[in-house]
Amino acid sequence: MADFEIRDLKASVEGRQILKGVTLGISKGEVHAVMGPNGSGKSTLSHTLMGHPGYTVDGGEAIFKGQNVLALEPDERARLGLFLAFQYPVVVPGISMTNFLRTALNAKRGYDGKDKSKQISPKEFRALLKDELDVLHMDDSFLPRYINDGFSGGEKKRAEILQMAMLKPEIAILDETDSGLDIDSIKFVAEAVNRMRGPELGILIITHYTRILEFIKPDFVHVLVDGKFVLSGGPEIADRLEKTGYSEWVTDEPQEVA
Amino acid sequence: MATVPKVEVGDDYKEKYGFFVPEDYIFKAKRGLNPEIVKEISWMKKEPEWMLKFRLRSLEIFRKKPMPKWGADLSVIDFENIFYYLKASDKQSTTWEDLPPDIKKTYDRLGVPEAERKFLAGVSAQYESEVVYHSLHEELSKKGVIFTDTDSALRDHPELFKEYFGTVIPPADNKFSALNSAVWSGGSFIYVPKGVRVEIPLQAYFRINAENMGQFERTLIICDEGSFVHYIEGCTAPIYTTDSLHSAVVEIIVKKNARCRYTTIQNWSTNVFNLVTKRAMAYADATMEWVDGNLGSQITMKYPSVYLMEPGAKGDVLSVAFAGKGQHQDAGGKMIHVAPNTTSTITSKSISKGGGRTSYRGHIKMYPGANNCKSFVKCDALLLDDASRSDTYPYNDVDAENVTLGHEATVSKVSDEQLFYLMSRGISRSEAETMIVNGFIEPFTKELPLEYAVELNRLIQLEMEGSVG
Repeated sequence: MADFEIRDLKASVEGRQILKGVTLGISKGEVHAVMGPNGSGKSTLSHTLMGHPGYTVDGGEAIFKGQNVLALEPDERARLGLFLAFQYPVVVPGISMTNFLRTALNAKRGYDGKDKSKQISPKEFRALLKDELDVLHMDDSFLPRYINDGFSGGEKKRAEILQMAMLKPEIAILDETDSGLDIDSIKFVAEAVNRMRGPELGILIITHYTRILEFIKPDFVHVLVDGKFVLSGGPEIADRLEKTGYSEWVTDEPQEVA
Repeated sequence: MATVPKVEVGDDYKEKYGFFVPEDYIFKAKRGLNPEIVKEISWMKKEPEWMLKFRLRSLEIFRKKPMPKWGADLSVIDFENIFYYLKASDKQSTTWEDLPPDIKKTYDRLGVPEAERKFLAGVSAQYESEVVYHSLHEELSKKGVIFTDTDSALRDHPELFKEYFGTVIPPADNKFSALNSAVWSGGSFIYVPKGVRVEIPLQAYFRINAENMGQFERTLIICDEGSFVHYIEGCTAPIYTTDSLHSAVVEIIVKKNARCRYTTIQNWSTNVFNLVTKRAMAYADATMEWVDGNLGSQITMKYPSVYLMEPGAKGDVLSVAFAGKGQHQDAGGKMIHVAPNTTSTITSKSISKGGGRTSYRGHIKMYPGANNCKSFVKCDALLLDDASRSDTYPYNDVDAENVTLGHEATVSKVSDEQLFYLMSRGISRSEAETMIVNGFIEPFTKELPLEYAVELNRLIQLEMEGSVG
């Protein structure tokens, strides 16, 4: 059994079923890519796995550390070791990135405002932050800024990966992390992700295009069409999609708007 | 997705602010309001004849004026059930050690002496009706700064006092200014001489301890030409099942080129009616800033105002209101442009939770001839659940020419997307909600001295945890 086991997951949005039975096992040390055309259910998969309230689970389960995470609140999933790098990171005015990162780290460490021994020390926090900022080629000028407020597309995505690097999840879902990124930003992001890659981390990359997979090589590729996997295999599938696109399964694919 | 946390009078407020100590008082007037009580107060204070007359005249005005009907529901206030004057200590102390032990203990628990040691230039502590403790950095008194309680000012600086007292807010201004004028006691008196800048804040802490207490402090601040002062007030009270009344009058005169900042963190327990009149007169190129935070109380009605008397005067109101279950925060601001080329801004942020109600009530007036004035009003309301309510009542009267008047209002809810984003990082729902609320009021918090900003965020957290009554 894989470390993170998704079984026959069905989910709907506003009464319409989008995921129609997805089964996927991700173990730590592996990188999986889920690829699919627009409307195939890619973002429904990421949002449902993380517990967005707008998505309803109609059936199936997602087992992680012996628990069905689909029954947990998003924060409980995160503290258990799941992470979602958002396609569209959300702006939260009035809260600085530093404050956000520190609060999230403390939450992950089980600090609830009472047991100070669980709190990260300022020194430890700064050291951790500095290392990861360097890898992502970010300077610390963005730290006092409000969460994602006025960030460029590239800054937002890098900030997502920074959070991932600091929170050290065991299963990370990267949702369209390459969309809206210039080539330099993709490289920095990929470098940071590759640095985290290893026996302690399983990664699920959700993407429309193969571009990011040139920089983060997947071990497995799954093609999602109309809420189901139509093809699973090794990295060669990505090469095949690079040439033919999704035309085998979809006709008249609408243009990507991202 | 929004869940409504239970809001009740909880242990946290009780523990930190809502405790009370036994009444062991020098003097407690009988319940109720009549000329005898007013005479008694004046006699206790050994006041000059003119003040007694002023008080009695004000009582008449109070009796004649009807209850204001345009705001929060005040019909439940029983004026005859209130104690109008309580004297807890026979003297004012200049060291905390000299205070009666119960009173000292109270301020220790509230952290006032500690704050004084760390970051204040002067402190005044009012307990019930009288100021029981007072201090001011020596270098400031050498420069001629006066920071004392208002009763002492009447005694020790009679001319200065008489020149300004009641000139900004006359007794007949409204029913509660009349009430205050009749029974006022305590409050702060500040005079900052020409060109003197008080760089470190002065603070007053107002504490109600007894049940059915009426606290009527009277504050008068005079900033002479080119001076600066930042005055901070905080207030708390024990939780009782019956009502208390806090009705202050604050008058401020900001002369040419001077600047005054007045910061309030009101955190009364939810059995307190907080009905306060605050007004400043700003003269040529002077700046008056009201930074007004309202968290506690059952009902607050407070509209700090600035009369912009001469060209170049500037007025700012920055206010935050938080209304939980059973609370109505009716707050806002008034900017009265009397002279041309004057500017004003009002920024109001309100949060309603658990069925609480916030109202923004504002008035911008530009008199004929007050040309080339600018005013901008922005009110943002955040509703944390469907049971809560927020209203906006902006009144604008413009009789001047070539003016700019802007008004922006938004009402929003805590967004599911923001909550999901924060929670996806392991932050609990309640902490995420608190973060969003603190982020919402950040434009306010960042104007506070650091220690108060931290304290305010902590108070918001207590409110959000549903434990503050």
